[in-house]
Amino acid sequence: MLSIKNLTVNVNDKQILKGINLEIKAGEIHAIMGPNGSGKSTLSHVLSGKGGYTVTGGSATYQGKDLLEMAPEIRAREGVFLAFQYPVEIPGVSNIYLLKAALNSIRKHHGQPEVDAMDFLTLVKDKVRLLEMDEKFLYRAVNEGFSGGEKKRNEILQMAILEPRLCIMDETDSGLDIDALKIVSEGVNSLRSPERAFVMVTHYQRLLDYIKPDKVHVLAHGQIVKSGGADLALELEEKGYSWVEEAEA
Amino acid sequence: MTTATASRYAAEYQTIAPALPGQTLPWLQALRAEALMAFSAQGFPSPREEEWRYTNVLGIEKKLFAPSIDLTGSDVDADWLKAYQLEDTWSVVLVNGHFSAELSVLEGLPEAVSVMSMADALAKQPGTVEKYLGRAADQSEHSFIAFNTAWFTDGLFVHVPAKVVLDKPIQLLHIVTGSNAMATTRNIIIADALAEVKVIETFVGTDIAKDGVYAASLSGTGVANAYLTAAVTEVFVGACADVTLYKMQSESEKAYHFGGSYIKQARDARFTHHNFAFGGLLARSDIHVDLDHASECELNGLYLGVKRQHIDNHTRINHLKPYAVSRELYKGVMDDRARGVFQGRVIVAEDAQKTDSQMNNRNLLLSDDAEVDTKPQLEIYADDVKCGHGVTVGQLDEKSIFYLQSRCVDEETARNMLTFAFANEMVDKIKIRSLHDRVLEQVLARFPQQGVDKEWL
Repeated sequence: MLSIKNLTVNVNDKQILKGINLEIKAGEIHAIMGPNGSGKSTLSHVLSGKGGYTVTGGSATYQGKDLLEMAPEIRAREGVFLAFQYPVEIPGVSNIYLLKAALNSIRKHHGQPEVDAMDFLTLVKDKVRLLEMDEKFLYRAVNEGFSGGEKKRNEILQMAILEPRLCIMDETDSGLDIDALKIVSEGVNSLRSPERAFVMVTHYQRLLDYIKPDKVHVLAHGQIVKSGGADLALELEEKGYSWVEEAEA
Repeated sequence: MTTATASRYAAEYQTIAPALPGQTLPWLQALRAEALMAFSAQGFPSPREEEWRYTNVLGIEKKLFAPSIDLTGSDVDADWLKAYQLEDTWSVVLVNGHFSAELSVLEGLPEAVSVMSMADALAKQPGTVEKYLGRAADQSEHSFIAFNTAWFTDGLFVHVPAKVVLDKPIQLLHIVTGSNAMATTRNIIIADALAEVKVIETFVGTDIAKDGVYAASLSGTGVANAYLTAAVTEVFVGACADVTLYKMQSESEKAYHFGGSYIKQARDARFTHHNFAFGGLLARSDIHVDLDHASECELNGLYLGVKRQHIDNHTRINHLKPYAVSRELYKGVMDDRARGVFQGRVIVAEDAQKTDSQMNNRNLLLSDDAEVDTKPQLEIYADDVKCGHGVTVGQLDEKSIFYLQSRCVDEETARNMLTFAFANEMVDKIKIRSLHDRVLEQVLARFPQQGVDKEWL
């Protein structure tokens, strides 16, 4: 589904990613772990098309297409979803308005007619129930005045409704208490499917107690220094990042 | 300039003077004469005056608009009027500065309440008018007020007696139909102690389409009318009374608009103003509020400029006595070569301890050629007060644009959504459903949103 080859990225002429290689197949969950400043967030931002990053080399191929060539909204319509570490508050734009605009953009992109108003409401309300959210959230402005947990849950709600193929979760566990973490994890687990892949970018192992990854990669100094199975995360938790960083050196 | 030739308008005055209302009232004749003298000496305000430094009204002098003495409203299309005349209101319609009984709706008013044209009020309740006219709007403030006092042809008069709460709003619909016309109107709104009233001032030119879009900018609809609106509204909010004044200004694309609202609040009185400034080539609003002990005022404004529009908002809040509260939020969106002005002054008198005041002005510039001049001023002479102000002038937040893009929305639509949302915060504050929907329609015409149910906005 996603094939990253020797990707190098600069921010303000400073090289942040120094040759990333990653193969992600449909149905898989990959965890990308690493200490602060290792380039984790840069990787998720570059994949979703955020400005301010210069790709200096390498490639990212998504479902056979050059991902890095696409505008951010095209990537999103093609099924790439970035769950933000800090979801942005958008006063004056209601959740339901954004959800409908997003869903219809995807349908239009795939040559489908706009979603029927009743079907849309039924779909949205089903997902709201699934994530144990209050229906009133739909009519509130996007993320405005939401608690940290509510914002993250809102990201999962969008994910559930837009049904992306590749979900990039940027530090989804940051700022979540244990209850919110459980609800968010259950939401993600309910979305697991053979057609869908997840990239979980995280600093801590605790999220992986709830969402079990197929593969774990350790990112340090802009490179993947170690890859392994789910138990690699536990080992990291025990020994700390210095263990892999030293091994690399 | 101190000669009588400071304005060509003064030279024309004698030809219209006999047609103005209140001929038999010596006090009014004296007031008009005094105003004429003040105006003749100065002419229209000049950019040399500090409070007019961003706004040059020279065009008005050049054009020499003519007052209309014609009293008919027959050239107002009934179907068009429906788009602006709100249902569930009492309405006073002024066409080219004259009351139209035919178009106005005043049935079913509670007996004690007076809602009538200013000309009627001068005939029927001259004593009350004399007591209030010119008591909130100070002639020496600037020459537009003097001009209005000398020239006004008609207006709205509202008197709500003590403890009366009006269940429907009153709409003042100010329409100008002709090119090169001038409509000078004077309004008085009096709410006695504990009374409650909502008044909606709507200013519109007949070449403005039903959704507020400039008809002249649509294909095949002809040329925009150039005219002058010069309206002064004086509001007296009695003790513990509550007055809300809405102003929606959708003047013609070539029109000049001056609208001044001058408010005197008694103890514990509450006043809310919503100023929607969308139209006109050059539009200036004055909102001046005097606050007594523990009274509260809230001033909201939204100004949207396109093409070469110049929209000036001038507010002044005088905290004269202790414990009063003022809240102000003005938002502007300027596109093309439009220019917006916000001058907001809050003056806290020495005696006004425990004043609580917040003033904010937020502006979005959508084009490189658009401009905003913003000048918030706090003048504090008391020592135990809580006052703050904030100003922003900027572009849309790039983080928000990326967030929307990452949710499949293309950049242009994202920008449109965010601009609309920025403006809609002010529309959302409107508590009268029919007016809310009208104003929303005008904002949507500027920033179209696709496939949205209005209930979601």
